[in-house]
Amino acid sequence: MSDPVVGKGIDRLDARLKVMGKATYAAEFATANVAHAVIVGAPGAKGKITALDTAAAEKAPGVLSVLTHKNAPKLPGAAKSLEGVDRKHQILQDDEIRYSDQPVALVVADTIEHARYAASLVKVTFDVGALALDLETERPRAYAPKSVNGKPPDTSKGDADKAFAGAKTKIEQTYTTPDEHHNPMEMHATIAVWQGEDKVTVYDATQGIAGVQKKISTVFGLGMENVRVISHYVGGGFGCKGSPWSHISLAVMAAKVTQRPVKIMLTRGQMFGFVGHRPATSQKVALAADATGKLLAIRHETLSYTSPSDEFIEACGLASRMLYACDNIKTTHRLVKLDIATPTFMRAPGEASGTYALESALDELAVALDLDPLELRLKNYAEKDPEDGKPWSSKELRACYKQGAEKFGWSKRSKKPRSTKDGHWLVGMGMATATYPAHQRDASAVARIRPDGTALVQAGSQDLGTGTYTIMTQIAADALGIPIAKVIFELGDSKMPPSPLSGGSQTASSTGSAVKMACLAARAQLVELAIADAASPLKGLAATDIDADGGALVSKKDATKRDPIGEIVKRTKKEELSVTIDTKPKAERKDHSCHSFGAQFVEVRVDEATGEVRVSRVVAAFAAGTILNAKTARSQYLGGIVWGIGLALTEATVRDPRSGRVANRSLEDYHVPVNADVPALDVIMVDEKDPFVNEIGAKGIGEIGNTGIGAAIANAVYNATGKRVRDLPITLDKLQ
Amino acid sequence: MMQPFKYQRVTDQAGALEVGARPNTRFLAGGTLLVDLMKLGVETPSDLVDVNGLPLAAIEKVAGGLKVGALSRNSDLANHPLVKENFPVLSEALLSGASPQLRNMATLGGNLMQRTRCCYFRDLAYDACNKRKPGSGCAAQGGWTRYHAVLGTSDQCIAAHPSDMAVALVALDATVHVAGPKGARAIPIVDFHVVPGAHPEVETALAPGEMITHVLLPDSPFAKRSRYVKARDRASYAFALASAAVALHVDGGTIKAARVALGGVGTKPWRSKEAEQKLEGQRPTRELYRAAAEAALAGATTKKDNAFKVELGKRTLARALELAGGAA
Repeated sequence: MSDPVVGKGIDRLDARLKVMGKATYAAEFATANVAHAVIVGAPGAKGKITALDTAAAEKAPGVLSVLTHKNAPKLPGAAKSLEGVDRKHQILQDDEIRYSDQPVALVVADTIEHARYAASLVKVTFDVGALALDLETERPRAYAPKSVNGKPPDTSKGDADKAFAGAKTKIEQTYTTPDEHHNPMEMHATIAVWQGEDKVTVYDATQGIAGVQKKISTVFGLGMENVRVISHYVGGGFGCKGSPWSHISLAVMAAKVTQRPVKIMLTRGQMFGFVGHRPATSQKVALAADATGKLLAIRHETLSYTSPSDEFIEACGLASRMLYACDNIKTTHRLVKLDIATPTFMRAPGEASGTYALESALDELAVALDLDPLELRLKNYAEKDPEDGKPWSSKELRACYKQGAEKFGWSKRSKKPRSTKDGHWLVGMGMATATYPAHQRDASAVARIRPDGTALVQAGSQDLGTGTYTIMTQIAADALGIPIAKVIFELGDSKMPPSPLSGGSQTASSTGSAVKMACLAARAQLVELAIADAASPLKGLAATDIDADGGALVSKKDATKRDPIGEIVKRTKKEELSVTIDTKPKAERKDHSCHSFGAQFVEVRVDEATGEVRVSRVVAAFAAGTILNAKTARSQYLGGIVWGIGLALTEATVRDPRSGRVANRSLEDYHVPVNADVPALDVIMVDEKDPFVNEIGAKGIGEIGNTGIGAAIANAVYNATGKRVRDLPITLDKLQ
Repeated sequence: MMQPFKYQRVTDQAGALEVGARPNTRFLAGGTLLVDLMKLGVETPSDLVDVNGLPLAAIEKVAGGLKVGALSRNSDLANHPLVKENFPVLSEALLSGASPQLRNMATLGGNLMQRTRCCYFRDLAYDACNKRKPGSGCAAQGGWTRYHAVLGTSDQCIAAHPSDMAVALVALDATVHVAGPKGARAIPIVDFHVVPGAHPEVETALAPGEMITHVLLPDSPFAKRSRYVKARDRASYAFALASAAVALHVDGGTIKAARVALGGVGTKPWRSKEAEQKLEGQRPTRELYRAAAEAALAGATTKKDNAFKVELGKRTLARALELAGGAA
């Protein structure tokens, strides 16, 4: 038998195309006669438009149309469809400016230069109303959302208030995190092409073609079958391409009005406007323990914000419900409404920001107990899910702690802050637990076995640059028993069997299961065909006696009896053998709690004079079930950790206090970590088998790397300096 | 956004000056900032004169110092052996700025002409900017000011000067040599950049049509003992929150001469004679450095977001002095 390819660190199958510039991204689809549209955004929030001068723009060279609320077509479903990742679109339906950068006009021209120039001539004036831009100021108007990602906003187990009040050793602190923007390398881009009056094809940079299809269908009142969405490659999503945003509807609208295909690509500045961001949070965490370190109470109260027109909640408290064994756990989530565009999911939404607070508080409790922070976590290790009492589908967190601590040299850490110096650098070590839920959603895939012995496998999924093409090919190759060179995997077309949004680290789990089951079903059909066919060397064998290997079905008892799968299909005289399978979340999930876990160990150096913090070492150990590709998996973990460095040290969106407009709206001013900020990162992939989580045993790894890391860095900064920074990012001014 | 403009290459200085004398004309060298600002609609020249063909890239030893051509690339200058050996502060300052790709393009002359990174200056959504539109006001005053200046500000402008290189040049007593319609002249670096006062749109002492030809780094007893320290929000590719360029002549346990310049905190590369006076004639000690730093920032005026720069500026300067002068 050939070795399985699942797990091997093979190179991305699309790498060559990408470095050659031959992978076609949304804005790159060659479209005949395409017109270019540029969005004119409101310069600030908020109020009624009093004047919108488009005369100069309309007369500018090459301009085909200038759309505003005055002349834009009224759309049947503009205000409809608000659930999940869907977001209300601002598509020129009224004269209300709700937030800075809201589209107020769309200029369509024959070239991008003409469109850009004409857009600069549009002048908008509006009555500037009083703005709500600050969480704390709005706190008195906070409300409880109906649900937090489908779960109750508030939970209470035991009596955390009472346990906390009666405890001797306890801490209670407030931790704050700022707005953050995703900033994928590829800006959002859409090309809309109408076919006749009622059919439209949209090329879009999206994490979810199905969501875009549904949104357009709703807004424009079209049948789902009349909307086709294509997205073959995406240059990073991180959540901001999870929701269809206004520009998509604007492209479709403009293409309708001008009777030409229309392309919109946002500018980097517009990326800070209306395509989502992680909202600021203020989190109060209370922890109490007995003298041995056993947790007596966990209380996690989150305040965040949403926009006046839409609801999104940064779910900071979810991890606190399940991470540590404790009889008394209370969590709450509250929202206020700010005059800012709707926030959205951003890599580990809730978990990245929430574990920063929880895991910082754990570190503070360890100090109060004079206990090693790792020991405190081990003392409160949850053997089953504290929230619902269910067993874990798998949990190798103990191994993560052990292997991570050993490789990092945690035992060499000095408990006393400010005790290690190297020149003018104060050196400190910190750690934290990482965790992220292992989701699985309905998915489907089709396997088409062809007479030439190749398999075309398709799923309406997306590859955000994570390696979806590659891992799906590996899964299909193993399930069919054929070499990966014989598998062609395609995704990113709404005509393909539907797959879920690529978010929540669920693509490998959901679409991977569908691909595997479709391929196994196709293989079973091949076996049935072969054993019933007199022309097959396998005629008459029991199905259970047949294996698939090297592109053929093979008798388990006599390896000389082989029937190449292409031959089996050929003999059917059909073009292909095609099997489509829908998969549901695995039944055993109901009786288990499914999460990934990890441990982050960090060393930082802090300049004692300037307060500049540099991460000097990271060792992280993760257990996330089956690793499908060692190379792409490692990249996902590394990316998550780099995001954590940004979360902890550099990233914060700043708004002008008078207009709500993002002031640092460029990659010059919005600081993502650069190479010099990222040391060599050491990732340990801890072996973990999970028979319950889904058909492929893989938990999803896109987000867990960005959890715990914020706290691990903050905890290391405390260990280095003796200063506890409870407000991210930890910029030098906070350490003076 | 993009306005039509004429682009032309020139190959000799006379030609450059002739074209450069036209109104609303800009010289184009590395283009790392000018082109950006044109894309943003902040700079809207009618003529671009590409001076890259002029023979002004040489770095050569001359009597009394080092002559650096205006078109020498920042990378070449930073890595030049004579600069590393004799003017280390300049090499350090250059290498702390921008990214390798930008330094490979950016020139000495362009770096001196760098304009502020003030986000209100760069974003046309704000009407008020006295640099862009004289008399329109200053949006930064009530806005986000983390990167703004605390020294040399006026109620018309608080934009910080972004250059690292120019701060080092101030500590080295460099002279900027220019050519123009009225002939050539030399401008001491401290006079080359000007504070905003009532006219933030005026940023340098250059007269219309003048172009930088070279900079002279004079030999001095303090140039060799010179250092640059920069504090910033990430390890690379970030502008200074505070920086310090210092040059000391220490002899017989006494500071005979000192040059102190600050970056990130001033509306221009900021020379602190107050700090120099504290240092000169004294024995180098940590206490002295701190006293000099106190003197350097004594005149600071701050906003909410940049108040931290006062203490940061002091610490950065004290660090630079300690690196350059040692401490008893």
